[in-house]
Amino acid sequence: MQTKTIAIIGAGPAGMEASASLAKLGHQVVLIEKKASTGGHLNNWHHLFPDRRPAKELLQKLKQEVNHSNIEVMVNTAVHEVKQNDYRYELVLSEKNVINANAVLITTGFELFDAAKKEEYGYGIYNQVITNSDLEQLFQADNLAAQFKKPVKRVAFVHCVGSRDAKVNNHYCSKVCCVTAVKQSIEFKERMPETEVFCFYMDMRMFGPYYEELYREAQEKWGIVFIRGKISEASQTRDGSLQIKAEDTLASKPLRMNTDLLVLMAGMVPAEGNEHISRQFKLAIGDNRFFKSKDNHFDNQLSDTPGVFLAGACLAPMNITDTISQARAAALRIHEYLTN
Amino acid sequence: MYYDPFVLPFTLGLLLLLGYLLVKYGTWFWQLDAQDKKKIRYRLLTRRTLIALREIVAEGLIHRKIFKVNPRLGYMHMSLAFGWFLLIVVGAIEAHIFVKGSAPLYFPIFFRYFVPDQHHFFFSWGFAQLMDLLLLFVLSGLFMAFAKRFNAKTVGLKKTTKLKVVDKFVLTALWLIFPLRLLAESLTSGYHNSGGFLTGSLGAVFQYLFPTEPFIYPAWWAYSLSLGVFFVGLPFTRYMHIPTEMVLIFFRNWGLKLKVNNPVLKAVEIYSCPKCGICIDTCQLNELQNTTKSQSVYFIQRVRNAENYRELAENCLLCGRCESVCPVGIDLTALRLMHKTDFSENKKDQFAFVSERTNTADVIYFAGCMTHLTPTIKNSMEQIFKQAGENYWFMDKEQGACCGRPLKLAGQFQAASELVSLNRNMILQSGAHTLVTSCPICYKIFKEDYRLPLRVLHHSEYINELLVSKKIQVKKSTISVVYHDPCELGRGAAVYQAPRNALQFASNVIENGSSGQNSLCCGGSLANQSLSENNKQNIAHTTVHKLTDNNPELIATACPMCKKTLGAVSAVKVVDIAELVAKQMIVKPVHQKQKAVSVAEFA
Ligand SMILES: Cc1cc2nc3c(=O)[nH]c(=O)nc-3n(C[C@H](O)[C@H](O)[C@H](O)COP(=O)(O)OP(=O)(O)OC[C@H]3O[C@@H](n4cnc5c(N)ncnc54)[C@H](O)[C@@H]3O)c2cc1C
Ligand code: SF4
Ligand code: SF4
Ligand code: SF4
Repeated sequence: MQTKTIAIIGAGPAGMEASASLAKLGHQVVLIEKKASTGGHLNNWHHLFPDRRPAKELLQKLKQEVNHSNIEVMVNTAVHEVKQNDYRYELVLSEKNVINANAVLITTGFELFDAAKKEEYGYGIYNQVITNSDLEQLFQADNLAAQFKKPVKRVAFVHCVGSRDAKVNNHYCSKVCCVTAVKQSIEFKERMPETEVFCFYMDMRMFGPYYEELYREAQEKWGIVFIRGKISEASQTRDGSLQIKAEDTLASKPLRMNTDLLVLMAGMVPAEGNEHISRQFKLAIGDNRFFKSKDNHFDNQLSDTPGVFLAGACLAPMNITDTISQARAAALRIHEYLTN
Repeated sequence: MYYDPFVLPFTLGLLLLLGYLLVKYGTWFWQLDAQDKKKIRYRLLTRRTLIALREIVAEGLIHRKIFKVNPRLGYMHMSLAFGWFLLIVVGAIEAHIFVKGSAPLYFPIFFRYFVPDQHHFFFSWGFAQLMDLLLLFVLSGLFMAFAKRFNAKTVGLKKTTKLKVVDKFVLTALWLIFPLRLLAESLTSGYHNSGGFLTGSLGAVFQYLFPTEPFIYPAWWAYSLSLGVFFVGLPFTRYMHIPTEMVLIFFRNWGLKLKVNNPVLKAVEIYSCPKCGICIDTCQLNELQNTTKSQSVYFIQRVRNAENYRELAENCLLCGRCESVCPVGIDLTALRLMHKTDFSENKKDQFAFVSERTNTADVIYFAGCMTHLTPTIKNSMEQIFKQAGENYWFMDKEQGACCGRPLKLAGQFQAASELVSLNRNMILQSGAHTLVTSCPICYKIFKEDYRLPLRVLHHSEYINELLVSKKIQVKKSTISVVYHDPCELGRGAAVYQAPRNALQFASNVIENGSSGQNSLCCGGSLANQSLSENNKQNIAHTTVHKLTDNNPELIATACPMCKKTLGAVSAVKVVDIAELVAKQMIVKPVHQKQKAVSVAEFA
């Protein structure tokens, strides 16, 4: 069999796992990553739901996998231009590097919604307001309490920030933030048991195995209070603490509370360079601005352009389990495509 | 005695019309409240009436405003109205000179029939030419109106209005009047070898082609009939605007204002619309797909035909763009708002739970509910107040009632007035001399409904004053900024210059094609609850697109709602004036208490 080259754009969990699978099948892979290191968002997380294993563990495993003679990893590299000539793609990369690929897999993942766009929550304005991603960083430290200037007696988590929100034109659910809030609220309690923890949600989306169990644990074991209602605004009071306004939609009454920390569960939005990529490869973009696959059920890893494949969070918000499955499915579809 | 039965359709039609108008306007007058009647009584014999008369000539006949917006359309309206008016006046003079005294009502109209051979009286030749010239003038306008029916672009409009069946019938009668007059006069002139340059020549041609005599009498009948039908039909069509616009002009000059529970002025405004359609092209809802056509002309039409207008009343941004171009000067936003009350239930005593609190201060700062959703604005304002050394009270910092205008915009006037009196008490007790608000929506109600004995300023005006009096100073940045006029502040409250001045202190202001009176709506209007978020964003997109014509580095506005709406879709950063000024402000050491906060402080 003549060796074929596959270009994979984006070295997050999806791109890494697909590279490894294709390499094992005997193909040559060029893994292109725009950032300085591989691993994608896995680099930013401390522990993972649902079993709360360290993210580093998984990252190590993926890194070992891509350390393969058939895989060339190119970091700090972007795709500038693409030319197509009979079933081959010519990719012009940074520094005028050119690679020829028989197939292309797109795994550009997602970006965190810019929480400053919901100005009413005060991100970037009040220093007591942080995001889920910021909190993962804070968890890396041994002593959480020491990270805050003032004692944190109460913390509130806000779900659906930048998701399910017509005002920011993101109608979809980001899927992982509910369970992330449950996980993070437990982790908070474990480190600072005296702190009161509230979660403000619209619906609890506990879709994966052991997610519901984690939610039950949060309530029963840790006494975390879940309030159904959307926070309308956060503001600073005269004494400098943070006040939030919300409506408790189960009790149907307005609610006002002071809190020392507000954690915004920022959702997922498509990666910034996706528009450029969609133009280069003539790929369809869905109403939700993520890439659109050829067929939702049967050909989820295929795009409308022959030889160009899709996997992971560049298709829709998803967790790592689904990302890895999609990466392997894509590898198989690419293999079929190249050997036929 | 000059009489023939063919004058009857005209004469009866005219009498019926006058009778109808007398009853209609009489009823309106009778329905006016005591206050309005008093105003009329006191102002009837003042200069106001003369001004009104002048306006009637300028607008009702010459259509000066339409001319300004669209010269071709202006000419069309002027030639029809003013031309017809002159025909009547000159015709009456001519008839008067001829009979040397008074003549029946119809005599001047059918003068050529009764006096076909007019070589015998003073200036008769001149009259013949003049009357022909006027007829030609009217016919040219008629020709344009005809073309407009089939292609709105001929008069420079993108869209025109649709007609009802009666409208069509009466419109046909109207269109026939002048061609029939031309025909009747030409036939008569041809037979008698008289007439001016138009009717005379055309008559000669007719006479050359066929014997005109048998057609003369039927032509005059047809002319009289078309006039009669037009007069009788007029009250049931849009042509009611011709007499009603005059009533409106008088009322306006006598100081009568639209009121929720006064049906008269509402009706007068509704009947004054000639359906010119100018409001259609200017409305941004035009560009959207799948929305009901709810531009002012359609809304007025529905109300007038007593059809259900709820959906139309609600689907409007109340941006005031149409009002600023309406040649009749109908108060389109207020009118629409008042009709919204017809559908909103008015709840009473909703705000019993709000407790009154007050503080003594020189200046009250009322941020407004919307500003609480854009905290950078209120924080910037607090920095500015502190730097200016102002003794201020942040009235709605933690708790505070809404200003009431959102309720008003939803048509809940009663509930709104409860909030107004609640807030008003607190404001009065504070002893402040100035009230500053960050939100143009609040600003408008403070100015218009609160009747406050203190200065009410929008923060852009206030900041401008501080900058001019050097109470605060800024470092001018070279960044290029385009200013977006918020609807409620610009068209709504005529504040255009202060924000630009303030911005110019701190940055380099560039203009764009649609600013000031013509500025576009951001789409975020609180008034329109029926528009989908998606459509609101479509409007915002277009607005950002036009605003960034000249590639500014920053979009500045003076309204929290505009900031949020435009910011959600704009690639160019959108800030409020207060933010920009606070950022460029030279902080004097005495006041330096605050420093910038950032997330980094946690790490
Ligand atoms: C707050 C938060 C917590 C989470 N916690 C968990 C958890 O505990 N457990 C779990 O299962 N899932 C979790 N997830 C979900 C998880 O992060 C995603 O499932 C996973 O990262 C998706 O992998 P990916 O490779 O598709 O995308 P990414 O991780 O986003 O990787 C994409 C990579 O592509 C690169 N790239 C993008 N564009 C280009 C381009 N044009 N050229 C070159 N390179 C490009 C990016 O730099 C990046 O390295 C969490 C998500 C969030 C938001
Ligand atoms: S997963 Fe939960 S928090 Fe995230 S968008 Fe969906 S419902 Fe909202
Ligand atoms: S509302 Fe004004 S602009 Fe619109 S059709 Fe009537 S007169 Fe013309
Ligand atoms: S107020 Fe604005 S939205 Fe409403 S009809 Fe007029 S132009 Fe259109």
